[in-house]
Amino acid sequence: MPFATDGGGGAQFHGPSIDEFYPAPVLFIGTPFEMNRIMIIRVIVVIALFLFFWLGSRRMKLIPGRFQSVVELGLDVVRVNVAEDLLGKKEGRRFLPLLTTIFFLVLGMNITGVISPLNIAGTSLIGIPIILALVSYVTFIYAGLKKHPGAFLKNALFPPGVPWPFYIIVTPIEFFSTFVLRPVTLILRLTMNMIVGHLLLVLFYGATTFFFFEIGNLFGVIGVATYAVGFAFTLFEILVAVLQAYVFTLLTAVYLQLALADEH
Amino acid sequence: MTPVLIAAAEKPINPLLPNTPDLVWGAVSFIVLLFLFWRLVLPRVKTMLDERAEVIEGGIKRAENAQAEAAAVLEEYTKQLAEARAEAGRIREQARVDGTKILNELKEQASAEAARITANAQATIEAERQAALVSLRAEVGSLAIDLASGVIGESLSDDKRASAIVDRFIADLEASESASSAAKA
Repeated sequence: MPFATDGGGGAQFHGPSIDEFYPAPVLFIGTPFEMNRIMIIRVIVVIALFLFFWLGSRRMKLIPGRFQSVVELGLDVVRVNVAEDLLGKKEGRRFLPLLTTIFFLVLGMNITGVISPLNIAGTSLIGIPIILALVSYVTFIYAGLKKHPGAFLKNALFPPGVPWPFYIIVTPIEFFSTFVLRPVTLILRLTMNMIVGHLLLVLFYGATTFFFFEIGNLFGVIGVATYAVGFAFTLFEILVAVLQAYVFTLLTAVYLQLALADEH
Repeated sequence: MTPVLIAAAEKPINPLLPNTPDLVWGAVSFIVLLFLFWRLVLPRVKTMLDERAEVIEGGIKRAENAQAEAAAVLEEYTKQLAEARAEAGRIREQARVDGTKILNELKEQASAEAARITANAQATIEAERQAALVSLRAEVGSLAIDLASGVIGESLSDDKRASAIVDRFIADLEASESASSAAKA
């Protein structure tokens, strides 16, 4: 363990570190399929999502029952509020599988950060954000190139209506913001939200345990406050989990919309 | 926090750099879920939504049809009602006309009957008067002879004169009679 006490006697509080996200591997050690706790959580999430949506869509009725209503409600968030709103009916239907996958993958992986026995988000390791951001990046460039073969890159790098001397400044900025910052911000926003959220929860609940069970004097009462803050952050993390999934999906749809827009 | 630094130095961890299992399991998760939504869930949802839209549109169409049908029935009913009213009015008018006609016929018949009865009665009366006149003439003759015989004191029955007197008397009587009936006519 990286956290040894400083040697001296008495209680010592250990804050969480980045090692929280690198637990020891337990399965297939040494192979590319090496599994630690977080990978197992990812597999659990995928199985849960698979069962939920597979069972929920197996016998769909015109008049939905309770379970089907919940499934439809979830799918409608992406279908109506993201895909059809931003891309329109036709293009929305085309990219709906991708957007739906991104939304529920991110949501499912995020929410494990506050589900009790799991307690860490599957998206807090940068792998999934990188994969999804790459998919989003490739998709919007592909969609743009296919719809406007000649004009997509030209309009992206040399926005029409700008006097040509300004291209000296505008073009590098546009290039950087469209082709570098977009995927990077998608990755970092999601990963850092999940890492920081987890560290905060560990910090407050760890502190609560420390105050209640280790300090052994009157200051232990402070644990009540740290527990309350930890609980508040747990609720906040539920909001963040949903919000980040929505933001990731929405931004992917916005990039697609910009790439497909007729102004190009 | 020296131990942390030592640990980090032992095994440097950069949370921005993915390790292989992270990417492998991330890709597996993505591919499995993409397959799930693309091939299984969303086609089923699409089929169901299309069916639902069809049912709703069909329902709206059925309702429109029913409404149109109801309107047509109402119009037909109104038309029939108007026709029935007109028919009733016509029948009533016809009945009134017929009634008037029958009444007039009856009146005519009655007056004709009355005229016929009157004529019959007059003919009967005339016939009876003639009969009475004939019998009266015979009786008055014999009665007058009888009376004259009594006055004279002897029978004039077989006397030729007496018979001539009677004939003259009767002739006078007839003359006055025919004069009076001529005056009457």
